[in-house]
Formats: sequence, structure tokens, C-alpha cells
Amino acid sequence: MDAMVEQGPEGSFVLGKVDDLLNLARKNSLWYMLFGTACCAIELMQTGGPRSDADRFGMVFRATPRQSDTLILAGTITYKMASRIRLLYEQMAEPKYVIAMGSCANTGGLFQESYAVVNGGDLFLPVDVYIPGCPPRSESLIEGLMLIQQKIEKEPWLKKAWTNTKNPKDPQIEGLL
Amino acid sequence: MTSEALIDYVKGLLGDKTKWADPEAGDNFLTVASEDWKNICQTLATDKKCSLTYLRNFTGTDYPEDDEIELTAHTFSYSEKHGLIIKTRISREAAVCDTLSKIWPAAIWYEREIFDLLGVSFNNHPDLRRILMPEDWVGHPLRKDYKQQETYRGIPTTRPA
Repeated sequence: MDAMVEQGPEGSFVLGKVDDLLNLARKNSLWYMLFGTACCAIELMQTGGPRSDADRFGMVFRATPRQSDTLILAGTITYKMASRIRLLYEQMAEPKYVIAMGSCANTGGLFQESYAVVNGGDLFLPVDVYIPGCPPRSESLIEGLMLIQQKIEKEPWLKKAWTNTKNPKDPQIEGLL
Repeated sequence: MTSEALIDYVKGLLGDKTKWADPEAGDNFLTVASEDWKNICQTLATDKKCSLTYLRNFTGTDYPEDDEIELTAHTFSYSEKHGLIIKTRISREAAVCDTLSKIWPAAIWYEREIFDLLGVSFNNHPDLRRILMPEDWVGHPLRKDYKQQETYRGIPTTRPA
């Protein structure tokens, strides 16, 4: 962040861009949805627990999509679940980010050949960060969340907030909405 | 009842309506004609000495070389401490069978699963819908000649290279 600390007659003040101030606030309150589809969710819970303590980065879980900024795809996604996940994603307020956690959410993983499993979350959601592992350790998940923080830092939010952030090239599920 | 005693008792109870597997071939099971399927299951579940009141497992297998689907029910009796495997075979094209859900309510979900994955319809089933795959899925994945659709609602079913 480019900011200058200036000395004034009644104390010091900071000179900087409004975008930087907004992004500083946004990146340190990255609330993720408490949602998991398979065993990666155990590691997701571990990340929120006292040892990894994602809370120290301002990442706390929310039990509703309406209050969440990040959707973590934690686990194997079946076709039946995919449309439900998409509905949860649509309910989240912009700006929103998606993390694909673990092999299954990345590519289908071990169950890629199965008739019931989607071969990667990026086939129906715009994924920002991919975390490898089966399951990834909580350190990896924290790193993934920190990559989202770095992405937020660079966003020109004041300009972006008034434009439609939806990309027509993003993957969709037909006939859902 | 011991396994041998139960088999002897069921043979006496059902007479010539049953066909038994070779006792050397592992667990013994009885095969019945699909027309007798519901009545025989009813008899075995309600008979005082059999009292097979618990449906442990109910599943199906596709045999395209015989043009048949085999249904297998694993039953158990908690009061008598014995279990019995009952099988029937139905034609692959028609794939219709009577429901067991009036005898064992647990069969409701098992039969939904068999309907979903093998395409067998059950007469008089109270709620015959798919259970594992989405409602608008095409085909029945555990049939041996199953070919998966290329996309489902715009989601490719194979990962693009």
C-alpha cells in the first residue's frame, strides 16, 4: 500500500488512496461460508479451530451465504450437489471469491471416472484459487485465503463497484435461475 | 435357528417354489420367480419361526449376457438370530417388479436406488424418484451398456484437456 504518514500541527495523518483504505478493510474481513461437501470439510473446520486460527486474519466462518465473501469448495462435488452449490453462490453478495480446495474440487480427483462426480468446481463456478492436496493441510488453506487477500489488494474497487462484475465467459449451470 | 436348520425349514415352508444355490458356493441363497417375489418375502417376514423382520440390504446386478437383472435381498431376524439371502431375476427390457416397501419400509430407499442406477420400476412404490443422480439425468449408470451423457446442464462430464 502506498501511503505517506504526514506530521500535522495536531498530530500525524495518513495520505493515501481511498481504494487502498477500502481494500485494507475488505481483505481483513474475509468471511467464508461454513460449507463442505466431503472430507476436506474436516480440514476446513481445523483451519477455523484454535491451532490454525484463521480468525487472526479476520477470516471467520458464516453459516449463511448472505453474509459470506468466500465460497470454499471443500470436498467431492456430485452433479446433484452442483446445482445446489451454484444456488448458494448466487445468493452471496458481490464481491465474492471461490476457492477450490483439494483434488476433488480441482479436477474430480480420485472420483474423476465416477458417473456421479463433477470433474472440477471450475466447470460450473468461476474459481479464483486452486489448492492441491488430498486433503490440503490447514496451512495450505490459509495460504489460499491469503492469495485471495493479495488479489483483493490489487482490485480498483471504487471503479469496479459501479460496473457489472459478472463475466459472460464464466461457467454456468443451464436452466437453474 | 442355525443356517442349515433355517434352510431346511424354509424348504418345507415354500416347497417347490424355490431354487437353492450350490451349498459349496459360499453363502446359501434361494432364488424365486419374480411373480412369487412379493408373496414369498411376505411369508418369510411374517412366519413366526422365520421372522425375518429386518431388511439388511437390497440391491441389484445387471447381467446383459443373460438379458436379466438380478435383485438380491439380505434379510435378518433379530429375535431368531438368523439371516437369509433371497434373490429373483427379472427381464432387462421390461425391468418391472413388485415393491417390498409394504413388508419392509426400509425398501423404499433401496428401491429408489435400484430404480436410479439400474432402471427397475417397482409396482405400487409410494415415491419412486431418483435418489443419487439429479432428477433430469439420462440413463441408469450401473447398467453394463451405460454411456454417460457428454454434458449435464452445460457442465462437461469429462474434464476438458
